[in-house]
Amino acid sequence: MTAPRARSDISFTVNGEARTVSAQPMERLLDVLRNHLGLTGAKEGCGEGECGSCSVLMDGALVNSCLVPVLQAQGANLITIEGVAQKDQLRPLQQAFLDCGGAQCGICTPGFIMATCHLLSKKPQPTLEEIREGLSGNLCRCTGYAQILEAVQEAAARESAR
Amino acid sequence: MKTENIIGASVPRKEGRDKVTGRSQYIDDMTLPGMIYGATVRSTIPRGKIRNITFGPEVEWKEFVVVSAKDIPGKNCVALISDDQPCLADDVVNHPEEPILLLAHPNRHVLRKAVEAVSIEYDPLPALFTLEESEQPKQIIWGTDNVFKHYLIEKGDVDTVWSNADYIVEGEYTTGAQEQLYIENNGVIASFDPANGITLWGSLQCPYYVHKALMKLFHLPEDKVRVVQTETGGAFGGKEEYPSMIAGHAALLAMKSGKPVKIIYDRMEDMTATTKRHPSRTRHRTAVDRNGKILGGEIDFAVDGGAYTTLSSVVLSRATIHAGGPYYWPHVRIRAKAVATNAPPHGAFRGFGAPQSLFALERHMDRIAATVGISPIEIRRRNFLKTGQATTTDQIIHEPIDLDQLLERGLTLADYREKKERFRAENESVTHKKGIGIATFLHGAGFTGSGERYLASIVGLEGLADGRIRVLVSSTEFGQGTKTVLSQIAAEALGLPYDDVEVAQADTERVPNSGPTVASRTIMVVGKLVHSAAHGIQQTLVTAGYLRDGYTQEEFREACAKYVAERGELKSWARYEAPPNIFWDDEKYRGEAYAAYAWAVYIAEVTVDLTTYGVTVDDFVALQEVGRVLHPVLARGQITGGVAQGIGFALYEKVIWQNGRMLNGQMTNYIMPTSADLPPIRVYFEELGNVHGAYGAKGIGELPMDGPAPAIINAVADALGTPFDSIPLLPEDIFEAMSSRSERQTSRPPQGVR
Amino acid sequence: MRSDPNDYELVAPGNLSAVVSLLADQPGSWLPIAGGTDVMVQYAAGKLTARKMVSLWNLPELRQIEVADSELNIGATCTYSQIRNHEVVKKEFPLLASAASWTGGIANQNRGTLGGNIVNASPAADSLPALLVYEAELMLVSVRGERRVPYVDFHTGYKKTLLAPDELIRAICLPRRTSGYVSYSRKVGARNAQAISKVCLAALGQLSNGKVNDVRIAAGSVAPVPLRLSETEGVVKGNTIDSALIQHAKKAAAGEIRPIDDIRSTAAYRSAVLGNLVMEFLQKLATGGQSA
Repeated sequence: MTAPRARSDISFTVNGEARTVSAQPMERLLDVLRNHLGLTGAKEGCGEGECGSCSVLMDGALVNSCLVPVLQAQGANLITIEGVAQKDQLRPLQQAFLDCGGAQCGICTPGFIMATCHLLSKKPQPTLEEIREGLSGNLCRCTGYAQILEAVQEAAARESAR
Repeated sequence: MKTENIIGASVPRKEGRDKVTGRSQYIDDMTLPGMIYGATVRSTIPRGKIRNITFGPEVEWKEFVVVSAKDIPGKNCVALISDDQPCLADDVVNHPEEPILLLAHPNRHVLRKAVEAVSIEYDPLPALFTLEESEQPKQIIWGTDNVFKHYLIEKGDVDTVWSNADYIVEGEYTTGAQEQLYIENNGVIASFDPANGITLWGSLQCPYYVHKALMKLFHLPEDKVRVVQTETGGAFGGKEEYPSMIAGHAALLAMKSGKPVKIIYDRMEDMTATTKRHPSRTRHRTAVDRNGKILGGEIDFAVDGGAYTTLSSVVLSRATIHAGGPYYWPHVRIRAKAVATNAPPHGAFRGFGAPQSLFALERHMDRIAATVGISPIEIRRRNFLKTGQATTTDQIIHEPIDLDQLLERGLTLADYREKKERFRAENESVTHKKGIGIATFLHGAGFTGSGERYLASIVGLEGLADGRIRVLVSSTEFGQGTKTVLSQIAAEALGLPYDDVEVAQADTERVPNSGPTVASRTIMVVGKLVHSAAHGIQQTLVTAGYLRDGYTQEEFREACAKYVAERGELKSWARYEAPPNIFWDDEKYRGEAYAAYAWAVYIAEVTVDLTTYGVTVDDFVALQEVGRVLHPVLARGQITGGVAQGIGFALYEKVIWQNGRMLNGQMTNYIMPTSADLPPIRVYFEELGNVHGAYGAKGIGELPMDGPAPAIINAVADALGTPFDSIPLLPEDIFEAMSSRSERQTSRPPQGVR
Repeated sequence: MRSDPNDYELVAPGNLSAVVSLLADQPGSWLPIAGGTDVMVQYAAGKLTARKMVSLWNLPELRQIEVADSELNIGATCTYSQIRNHEVVKKEFPLLASAASWTGGIANQNRGTLGGNIVNASPAADSLPALLVYEAELMLVSVRGERRVPYVDFHTGYKKTLLAPDELIRAICLPRRTSGYVSYSRKVGARNAQAISKVCLAALGQLSNGKVNDVRIAAGSVAPVPLRLSETEGVVKGNTIDSALIQHAKKAAAGEIRPIDDIRSTAAYRSAVLGNLVMEFLQKLATGGQSA
């Protein structure tokens, strides 16, 4: 059996906090977040970058954390679902998901919320087409997307009113 | 008379805040001290005898716990209806991916390599992969004739109708397997200790199904097995019966290792090894008069059940009862069978047989219309069931449902007539052909016939020390809103604020068996029991003098708190009682099959792009009568979600089989619609009430699965002037059909040449 | 997750020169990984044969898009998001911009790189036909220095390229000569987003006095490599576009492609649809780009 390979110290910022983990460079960022840091909001739905349930923001860009080797997150600024609400105060976009029925079973919801954060950061007043495109990398099996799209439209309105 | 202000309002989802903040704990988010990981070694062949198992030398096997069938203390089966499915294959395997051995290890990655390092040699046996091969039978692979179950429904005397018929219309319709594709894969954690027995946490719909299965597998009494449902990331039937299998596996490893064991499937394992919707074939032969009125017909319905019985008999039952749809059949013979093949067993998936038989029927209605020369509207209007008429099982429809009016409303909402005309005119000269199609249908809620009586569901309501209320049910939340709506019902019934009510976690140690969370029964049947139990709590407090009639909310809280403080416990139970005068004959399959039917009209508008042969659904109207809408946002969410799955069933979701194994077991190659693929889904409700359901509600979870596929395929047939009778209908299939149609046209000899 | 991180090495030297030296020291031992949208999928499936990887992610030398007078140089690890949002790409290389927008969802576009896609060499990759019609050149780099090769020569067979074992793509160079052309591209997948293409076409054309002056057509998913349809071009060039020519062109296209039946589609479908896409392009070209 192969001897355990040495781990490296990999440092990044997660939800505003500087963190250092001791990990093997090819551990997936998803697994490091979940298992080393206890941030279990990002989920593994497919392991192949298709469902978006593992989405996080890395240096402001939406990425599928199941496809990022943790070494490549060295020095990055990471935001996960746990970093979206401020203390216990929901962001307007989270409240919009609640009010519009955008979350049913909830397993895809963290990914959709990260995708929405990303979309609204680039396009604060997105059209419906831009919303569809911005979320097209996130799969939801429960909602048929209808109430998610409405939640994002509502989120855009509320966030810009803030 | 108090007006309802919680029922009918879109109150906040009980567990919603945790879901939007990433705080919800799904099974893979949980760890227990000392927990190790489990994995399954599975068959690579469809059928054969296990000759030899070798454990590769590259692995340190002494670090592993290995479990085989020999380790099973009780009966080696996954207890459900019949006991034919082993929990672990012993000397024979009957489908690819059948579980043979279990391994456990503290390191998930090392564990994976060990699974690959187990080599199994087999003596293969001939295997069957299609319904046709099974029914010939090419080989006997199950029982004496490969047939898990058959049903016969007869009404009137169908043999007399053929001679009077102006038309006899025949058709054969097929539907493929469909993967539930919940975004959270199957997973459980099991722990075992000799004193307390098994505790099992997991992503599941039916804690008591798992409880029963573990009791049998381990030969343990009911108080030595505890099953707890964790937050579940989608289910759709895929976690109705399957969890009993994975739970058994984790518990066996926990027993042998003495440690808690977590098993989580990855996407490929989940897709290839667990249940799917039953593939089906329906043959219709219908006698019709010159006006398109159905005189009678024969319906032959068959499903491929895979290698073991599991739930095939019940899926078959529902399919059979729904096979005649919302129409009046004066005479009918429905023969139905579920047969075995060497594929992983097929199982529950939203709709549960009805989407299959209703697809066939609704396509067939359009075929009859075309044969007779009337419109898809007229064929339905002339045959709709009316109040006072009997269904194919001789169930009299008592409620004042007016399907004519429902259809008319749907047609108006969809602009059907104007569009049909316009498309016909415009289609002549374009590469994008448009079409519009209708499906009218019904869905029976609750268990069939005597099923609810057999389930004998029990619900509890508990008064808490702080004056609030807790609902005790085994009904599970997996996105559809169980916790929210059951809380609404209890709150409304007691006159309390919605926030004063919670639903207990579904833990067999804490909640009674209110039946499985399936069959669109939760709000209707279990909700009604919650309502009764709420009145029970009220009664108890009033009778014991703690509360007066016409109490305020504050008074209730005080009374409840006081009662608990003084008496120790405040609980009320309600048990299901079958309504009187409900008659069902299990032998003849006759009588009142369901306590309530919801009725629906779905209309799909499509564009077929003849450059790519791709179909786009441009508009979708979903109109349904559902008794009562208890929570508008949740009800609408059920419809849009179900319609999306129905669109997938019709146009996208194909399982590619090779020798009984699913080849495309990844999200890249099993195609479900994204947000860029779906039209706006316009949802409308009507409410006729329902005496058998809480606050007049009927079940609606599965209804939206039945209509989309036939509405869409009817629309495609309308667009192209070519019938299509098989789903999923992919662009490649449309291309094939259009090519062979034009080949037939060009190869027809010119006039006068022989 | 079917691989053990313990079995893999990943290093990130941080600058191009160090990476190139590493590749030269042990040619063929190190697999370069950029955004990981192909490599990590194989890894998670337990199908990655390479055991040692060197990260190109964030190498400053490979992440720039440089606008020169005669050409646009896209650094090999520019992401699809960068590419589709770049002003010159949108204006002068619209086929590349649209292909970038079709490559997976936003999250995959933020990580997937053009260089990575080229080296992965899937004939289904969305951008590659666009590179063929823009007559891209690749700048390759190794310890021996840099060399330029026409992109059309780069793919030598199914998933085979002419990269030396110690060589990297440094940049993709697009000549800025096609602004006035009529451009057309279309991808046909199993759904509207996040789909591997069943067939795709990228094409450019120019009319002069009603006749086709220049035409370039390339297709994906219809051969072991992304394919320039030179026979079809030969049929079209110098002629007026009418329905007879379109039929002739469709026939030529059907003759020069080698589509297969696979998990996603059939050879017959791919062939028929490709012909329809060729037709759509020629119809657009005939109207000078007026139709869709």
